[in-house]
Amino acid sequence: MIEALLNCENAELTHKTQKGTPVVLSTRLRLARNLVDTPFPERASMAQRSDILSKCATHLSGLGKMAKGNFFEISSLSDLEKQVLVERHLISRELCESKQGSGVYIDKDQTCSVMINEEDHLRIQFLKSGFQLKSVWKQIDRFDSDLETGLDVAFDAEFGYLTACPTNLGTGLRASVMMHLPGLVLSGQMERVARAVSQLGIAVRGLFGEGSDATGHVFQISNQQTLGEREEDIVTRLGNVLKTVIDHEVNARFKCLEDSGSKLLDHIGRAYGLLRNAHVLTSTEAMHHLSLLRLAVDFEMLPETKRADIDRFFIECQPGHVQYAANKGIEPDARDVCRATKLRKELASLPALDFDKVADLA
Amino acid sequence: MGEILKCSNCDSPATVHLTQIINNKIIKVDLCEACAQAKGVTNPEGFSLADLLGQSTFAQEGEAQKVQCPDCGLSTADFRHKGRLGCASCFAVFAPLLRPALEDMHAGTYHKGKTPELALSRQSAVAHLEKLEHALAQAISDEAYEDAAKYRDQIRALKECPETLEYSQP
Repeated sequence: MIEALLNCENAELTHKTQKGTPVVLSTRLRLARNLVDTPFPERASMAQRSDILSKCATHLSGLGKMAKGNFFEISSLSDLEKQVLVERHLISRELCESKQGSGVYIDKDQTCSVMINEEDHLRIQFLKSGFQLKSVWKQIDRFDSDLETGLDVAFDAEFGYLTACPTNLGTGLRASVMMHLPGLVLSGQMERVARAVSQLGIAVRGLFGEGSDATGHVFQISNQQTLGEREEDIVTRLGNVLKTVIDHEVNARFKCLEDSGSKLLDHIGRAYGLLRNAHVLTSTEAMHHLSLLRLAVDFEMLPETKRADIDRFFIECQPGHVQYAANKGIEPDARDVCRATKLRKELASLPALDFDKVADLA
Repeated sequence: MGEILKCSNCDSPATVHLTQIINNKIIKVDLCEACAQAKGVTNPEGFSLADLLGQSTFAQEGEAQKVQCPDCGLSTADFRHKGRLGCASCFAVFAPLLRPALEDMHAGTYHKGKTPELALSRQSAVAHLEKLEHALAQAISDEAYEDAAKYRDQIRALKECPETLEYSQP
């Protein structure tokens, strides 16, 4: 069912990463919204849930942004298909486990997805590669206003947009940026940075949100507070904190290079050799080595254009994607073989690492 | 006799006047016959004004009374257990419990961001239309045909051009 999504040549996260920047992978904003007169999904009856689902899906299908988009009812997807969508950050794990009567609308380019009957009636998400908090806010704001033309949104002057969980009240806005922070991790500063940032009401999580590991040195950093601040202020404040994190990351990278250059270059060189020659690769291992290749691009040891490919492999090497590509149910061992084969093939044309560039940098 | 006191619950003429002293404060309540019955005021043993004025007392003390959302049935226990609200109506019911929690959770306790102007104006337009339709039906049953014609014209205008809503009041 999701074939079209995977074969899309224009998907934001996997094919539009040319604008990818050092340190920042992607920017994601989501808005939580509910409709008036129907209990929130958790307390709605089956009939009410399917009523909301069809009402929202119908309205969404009429919006310009969703032209040529795809709508999926969650109950119609296989476990593997759901996993693939989670790995693309298009749906949440919570939506996968929801009862009957939930769904997702995904636009043609996979920048916008609207989950229906997750924790709230509507969870609108915009996802863009690169560091683009302000422009993504403008886009999601416009889309949200369009949505409002046909749906009666629950709102209160004091509490703002009404949401099932009090942590989302007010704006219902969660802005998060996916960051690649090998410098801070390798220099042992990540914990300190995470602690400092969390004191500013900003949360640091692993690649797949709550409770997930930071495989591949990738972290999701997002605002925790949604009430009492304007959307623009939330986004600006988060952006300012992240700029500081980027500065720290860049400094940490150069410090690593200065203090233990040979060790760092050895890590990168081994990652390069391993990814191009390994025959069995777990996803954690692949993520770790791909992360070091991305670092090599940032150090200009590999051409800038390769960063987009690496960002795509970050997603395509996830277990669900590997299994889906194999087109049959395969065991984890076989999956590791498929993953290694794919990377050997994809990276065969990679030019040699240009170690001289780093000598210039350091 | 001075002016007729109105029931503090429903605006009908009040016939039951009750005074109690709660926490050294004199509290007076005027109720009509029906509301007094419904609140159990006529039962001299089992009634306390503190219960009748329940919501304001627990707002002061910040301590939960057992309440339940009239729309979705969420109870205080459910709310405490899951930390989730059940529907839009829950916010009025659980506001006294919610507010102190929000202070710790967020940057402020009052919404400062975007307002869904369009949806809100449409919601009030619908409410306004219902009011007019009700007034029209009433006027017809009272045989007040001049008024009925006026309401009919307003309804027609509103349906044709919803923006005029803000400038016409029934």
